[in-house]
Amino acid sequence: MSILVKDKEVVVPGEALADDLGFIPGYGTYRFNNKLLASRLGLVNIEGKVIKTIPLAGKYLPKRNDVVIGRVIDILISGWRCDINSPYTAVLSSKETPEFIEKNDDLSRYFDLDDYVVAKITNVTSQNLIDLTVRDQGLRKLRGGRIISVNTHKVPRIIGKKGSMVTMIKQATNCRIIVGQNGWIYVDGEPQNENIAVLAINKIASESHLSGLTERIKEFLEKETGVKINLEDKGDYNGLQ
Amino acid sequence: MDFETKKHIIECLEKDVRYDGRKKDEYREIEFKIGLIETAEGSAYVKCGNTEVIAGVKISVEKPFPDTPEDGILMVGAELLPLSNPKYESGPPDSVAIEVARVIDRGIRESKSIDTKSLCIVKGEKVWSISVDISPINDDGNLIDIGSMAAVAAILNAKFPKYENDKVDYKAKTDSLLPFNKIPVAATVLKLGNNFIIDPTELEQEAADSRLTVTITEDNKLCAIQKGGDGTLSIEDIDKMMSMAIGKSHEIRKHIKQ
Amino acid sequence: MVYSKRLDGRGFDELRPIEAKAGVIKNAEGSAYFRMGKTIAYAAVYGPREMFPKFKQDPKKGVIRCNYNMMPFSGAGERVRPGPSRRSKEISFVTDKALIPTVDLEDFPNAVVDVYIELPQTDAGSRCCGINAAAIALADAGIPMRDIVASVAVGQADNQILVDLTYEEEHLPEYTECESKDVADIPVAIIPSTGQISLLQMDGIIEKDALMKALHKAKEVISKISEVQKNALKEKYAAESIENNE
Repeated sequence: MSILVKDKEVVVPGEALADDLGFIPGYGTYRFNNKLLASRLGLVNIEGKVIKTIPLAGKYLPKRNDVVIGRVIDILISGWRCDINSPYTAVLSSKETPEFIEKNDDLSRYFDLDDYVVAKITNVTSQNLIDLTVRDQGLRKLRGGRIISVNTHKVPRIIGKKGSMVTMIKQATNCRIIVGQNGWIYVDGEPQNENIAVLAINKIASESHLSGLTERIKEFLEKETGVKINLEDKGDYNGLQ
Repeated sequence: MDFETKKHIIECLEKDVRYDGRKKDEYREIEFKIGLIETAEGSAYVKCGNTEVIAGVKISVEKPFPDTPEDGILMVGAELLPLSNPKYESGPPDSVAIEVARVIDRGIRESKSIDTKSLCIVKGEKVWSISVDISPINDDGNLIDIGSMAAVAAILNAKFPKYENDKVDYKAKTDSLLPFNKIPVAATVLKLGNNFIIDPTELEQEAADSRLTVTITEDNKLCAIQKGGDGTLSIEDIDKMMSMAIGKSHEIRKHIKQ
Repeated sequence: MVYSKRLDGRGFDELRPIEAKAGVIKNAEGSAYFRMGKTIAYAAVYGPREMFPKFKQDPKKGVIRCNYNMMPFSGAGERVRPGPSRRSKEISFVTDKALIPTVDLEDFPNAVVDVYIELPQTDAGSRCCGINAAAIALADAGIPMRDIVASVAVGQADNQILVDLTYEEEHLPEYTECESKDVADIPVAIIPSTGQISLLQMDGIIEKDALMKALHKAKEVISKISEVQKNALKEKYAAESIENNE
């Protein structure tokens, strides 16, 4: 009888969530005297005795095995420094490319300044040193297309269950779409269709809280493209294309 | 800007598609709020797409410049506030900020819309000084045009404060408007590849090769021009861009007048 | 004392009308608008991002860097010259100190969180208004923090304890008949959940007892500001909670 908020409610820093020592503070919460308070803006998540918050805002925090889109901002002696839309930059080592790179090779031949790459995070140290690789299927330099930026916390909704949402957008617009976990998204196709894909993605990001999202996005895409979508016809999604 | 991004923007323009779905000569939606800053003698807030600015007018009494003893002073300033865009840093204004302010300032000054002679109080001693400052809240491109609209709207809204016994009483606003009648409009046209667009977003602005800002008076004359950007323009380009700017200026002037 | 009714008709413990909005600046990670009477502040948060110049980096934790600025037309009198002044630098500094106890930037060594505060219109209490906006903006940016700091000025004029003074009240003897010429203006910032004070300044003349009384008053009214701040953030996400309660 001592939880002060509802599950999935939006809470703000300093807000009391429970006033009972029987609850265990999880991520985004802390104990003060006999109370449990929120320590960041988020949605309450109550699982048994553990209360935590799921963040709604904030910069991307890199995690191992995340596929991200990065921008080359510096060419180092044996690799590239990339902006990954996070507080810290990441390094792609020249040893982490599919092709063998000679010691004195000109690295800009592979990835030049300002190039966008889709890469995977292999390691994040406690000192926030981040390593990337492009030695995996689909990881590469991005050509053509455009990069858009969305709230990184909305990325799971844009991808959808097993990639259902992004697959639907791809099929409706015939665009290549790569969703980086860091909130950068690559869209490439016919200009008019790209616009529709971007509008759909932004619609998901801003309406992810409303019910019937998939149905609404489907209707939106059908209206814009004039083509019916068959939701049964799902392609395989591996995050890349 | 990276080569691929720029190339893609231009490829889309070749097919008549802008990233936000607008036509090449189409403005974003414009919203005006007039007179909302009580501490200013005149003010305007303008929102155009995601670009938002506030312009405010402060009026004081100063000594005129020695070479123009009978003329009042008009000054337009703009600061690129770091609040409005992550790329701006705090500190003294850099050349980009100075260019924005100067181009707007020149457009309004040279249009002769303000009768500086009528701002004279005592020849060689005291004249009215009108300072217009433009503060962006959120910058998503086209600050020159939008800042200029806000500045002009703020001037049209401004009322003289009371002036008595050699002192300005800012608490007491009078009913008299500034001697400002004809509305100059700054219109900027960008060149990307072989495409011309107006009202650029920040992204389009960064992709542009060159830029032409033309300020157009109410009787359709040109009163200030600034070619910007690293690229060059042919005389034919300039012809096309001017026509586009002049064409658009009527529409913008209508917005300001409302 | 003669000052028995406030110039603007408020009760002595009454705040000016307050209004807040979160997420008002699209380019920023977090942002807010805060209005107290005729004082208006915008705040935008950028970061955590890499700290430049590098020598200012702290390898143990992230740093918060506030920047308070009045727009040139925001003062009731003459134009405010653009750019930093001694006054604005000091206010930026005390704003930093007012916010630091609540934010937890241990996960962001070497990084900086930039907080830009701009005032388009002022009528006393501008640093308090700026702090209120900045605290909302930090929460809106998803910065880990223990609480949302709230700030208000209290004070004394003509031996009367006042809450949320206007410009006229800060100079009361110039505007109305007073028995005492002494005026004190005391901006305070309080961490609502603990009652701890993170900003305290005073200028003017006041006795210790009156000062203590004023501080207790500040603690009483701060919950009202705190509520407006919290609601601003919740309103932004209002739709979210509707869905999640389904």
